[in-house]
Amino acid sequence: MTAQATMSLEQPASGAPALAQLVTEAEVGGAPPEGDIPLYAARRNIYPQSVHGTFRNIKWAVLAVTLGIYYLLPFVRWDRGPNAPSQAVLIDFPNRRFYFFFIEIWPQEIYYLTGLLILAALVLFLMNAVAGRIWCGYLCPQTVWTDLFFAIERFVEGDRREHMQRDARKWTAGTYARKGLKHFLWLMVAWWTGGAWVLYFSDAPTLVKDLATGQAPFIAYVWIGILTVTTYSLAGHMREQVCLYMCPWPRIQAALTDEYALNVTYRYDRGEPRCSVKKGEQLRAQGQPVGDCIDCLQCVHVCPTGVDIRGGANLGCIQCGLCIDACDAIMSKLGRPTGLIAYDTDLNIKQRIEGKTPFYKLVRMRTALYAGIIAVVGGIMIYTLATRDSEGISIIHDRNPMYVRLSDGALRNGYTIRIVNKRLKYRDFIVSVDGLPSTLIDFVGLPPRADGRQLITVGPDQTKEVRVVVTDYSATPPPPSTSILFKLIDIDSGETAEMRDHFFGPG
Amino acid sequence: MAEDRKEIDALTGTATTGHEWDGLRELNTPLPRWWLWLFYITIVWSVGYWIVYPAWPLLTNSTQGVFGYHTRTALLEDLDALKQQRGPMMDKLAGASLAEIASDPQLLDFARAQGRVAFADNCAPCHGAGGGGAKGYPNLNDDEWLWGGKLSDIEQTIRFGARAGDSKGRAGAMPAFGRDNLLKPNEISAVADFVRSLSGLATEPGANLTLGKKVYADNCAVCHGPDGKGNREMGSPNLTDKIWMYGSDKLTIVQGIENGRGAVMPNWGGRLSEPTIKALTVYVHTLGGGEK
Repeated sequence: MTAQATMSLEQPASGAPALAQLVTEAEVGGAPPEGDIPLYAARRNIYPQSVHGTFRNIKWAVLAVTLGIYYLLPFVRWDRGPNAPSQAVLIDFPNRRFYFFFIEIWPQEIYYLTGLLILAALVLFLMNAVAGRIWCGYLCPQTVWTDLFFAIERFVEGDRREHMQRDARKWTAGTYARKGLKHFLWLMVAWWTGGAWVLYFSDAPTLVKDLATGQAPFIAYVWIGILTVTTYSLAGHMREQVCLYMCPWPRIQAALTDEYALNVTYRYDRGEPRCSVKKGEQLRAQGQPVGDCIDCLQCVHVCPTGVDIRGGANLGCIQCGLCIDACDAIMSKLGRPTGLIAYDTDLNIKQRIEGKTPFYKLVRMRTALYAGIIAVVGGIMIYTLATRDSEGISIIHDRNPMYVRLSDGALRNGYTIRIVNKRLKYRDFIVSVDGLPSTLIDFVGLPPRADGRQLITVGPDQTKEVRVVVTDYSATPPPPSTSILFKLIDIDSGETAEMRDHFFGPG
Repeated sequence: MAEDRKEIDALTGTATTGHEWDGLRELNTPLPRWWLWLFYITIVWSVGYWIVYPAWPLLTNSTQGVFGYHTRTALLEDLDALKQQRGPMMDKLAGASLAEIASDPQLLDFARAQGRVAFADNCAPCHGAGGGGAKGYPNLNDDEWLWGGKLSDIEQTIRFGARAGDSKGRAGAMPAFGRDNLLKPNEISAVADFVRSLSGLATEPGANLTLGKKVYADNCAVCHGPDGKGNREMGSPNLTDKIWMYGSDKLTIVQGIENGRGAVMPNWGGRLSEPTIKALTVYVHTLGGGEK
């Protein structure tokens, strides 16, 4: 909580951050507390009020798009021909394949995932450098699902005031019925969330049918159960506690940010001193300075994490912008300019106080650097993906014996080669060996063609292991180790893959 | 640490813990209570482990746990599952002839994989991990076979062994010409030189190759053949090629003639399952030297 303390330094003490309010209100005031101070705090219930406005609309749109993608993507079909699944996005664990539309990833290509994770981290950093916690406020699954659960809660139990009043009264059967319905709806969403999760790991339509008829594998039910529990508890019960206490990103974010990054900011230069409309008129009549903030607390009431944004930058603030909508609505009603709370910087507030022009500096060392690295890593990934081979060869030389002397004195080495065919069709390959003056290669168990060459047929999207023995008939004995080149050639397309190995002799 | 003075920090409005280090005070931000409850739940959860899994050591044993879990039985279950998984291919292997296995790529791959494991378990101690052989133990990768290199020959050698007391096994041994006073030392020396000359190896200066040739014709040719090409019926090696199981130096050859040779290959029939013997046969055949 150190960051919170330092970031609040600029602020008057009256704007105590929300987290500090978790301590008993009575303690605030300067007097040493009686007896022991609490080391554990009970959770404060948060009843976010519904709000309308630009950022709310953006959040609804993001929610619809992201959840729409999550729930429906497994059902999108992508025809790959008869030898591969026709699901657009599929993590096929039994066959060790990952399918994403036209891309197919083999286990040994897991570095694409590493690249993706690097990109994800850098995009997160870039978002943070441009406009703070965009991820937290709009895109994080915790935010999106919690938002959905809030919507359900308000639908069943009513908006903030109604909900709070009913909770405070003696609970009637109606109260219990509403709570029951809410939890039932939450569980349904959570269950469907778990259900969608498992669809990414198996053919979705088949699995839905199997799940409905009880034919699905046990592990599918287990995972649906796990995801149901996590979604229900995290989005329904834990909510802002996840952001406040469980997520590492707010801590990292606080360390990564700088003074130029846009953040949801209360413009205290314009807002303070805050006072009610009526009192403001009196003060104004007396020629006293009056701020635009009328202390209506709308910004606090709509906040999903219970933060008072007027306290300044705060770890609890996920920067969803709902307080901007709430404040703008009030300001519009009062006929005052909107934007008392807005995406802005503390720097600009000071600029305005000093009578200078506020500015936003998008191109900075860090934004340029993040964007540059994203471009480089992304470029490398696209390049390697676009130019990767659809065939490959790997070789293991026999460990024992390293070489074999034949009855006529010739030397022979044994190899196990594995040929990779990433195309979704059968392919015929030949393998040649360069580097020895007089060789004979024999692929154990493969019948030769008419021209004497042995064809290696590899099935669609498969690998094939073949034992190869290479015999050297040269008159002079070869050195202890000769570098040789195995060349794999697709006889139809002419595509090749190469791999170096060694031919050993007694020397 | 100075005297505990819990007070309210003026700047943040947060209570301090009262701890002070050189004038620095720590704000008290209370941990949420559900965190504490989670901690208690993990303690309760750990008790569940004691009940479910083997946990507490007793004098001669330990508590067994209500799930009856044991790493040993878990392993056996895994092995059973593997056996189930391999079942259809194993049945196919058991039912197929050696020729059928060799001509079916899928079955050949399976047999080689099975054979590789069985070879490591049973054959590698003598023949080496990759069948490379050792002194006195033939290299199975090369193209010389004492008892024949066809699939059927290899299978017979594995099943009945050599000189292992099996009536169907490979029999025939190199007599101890010196120890049994069948040959005199000078005759042994001469024939050893002659044998080396058969495969083009250098002979000692002054070697009596004429005597050697006569001794060979009288004593050795009956098994090793008049031209020294050997006889697979008796397991007598070809003396004209570059492969020497015991070594090609004169001393080693003299030792062989003096004391005889008779390496034993165990008979694996009855010790290994039928599909395993087939798999081993195919595996050895495909090491590189298999004959049609």
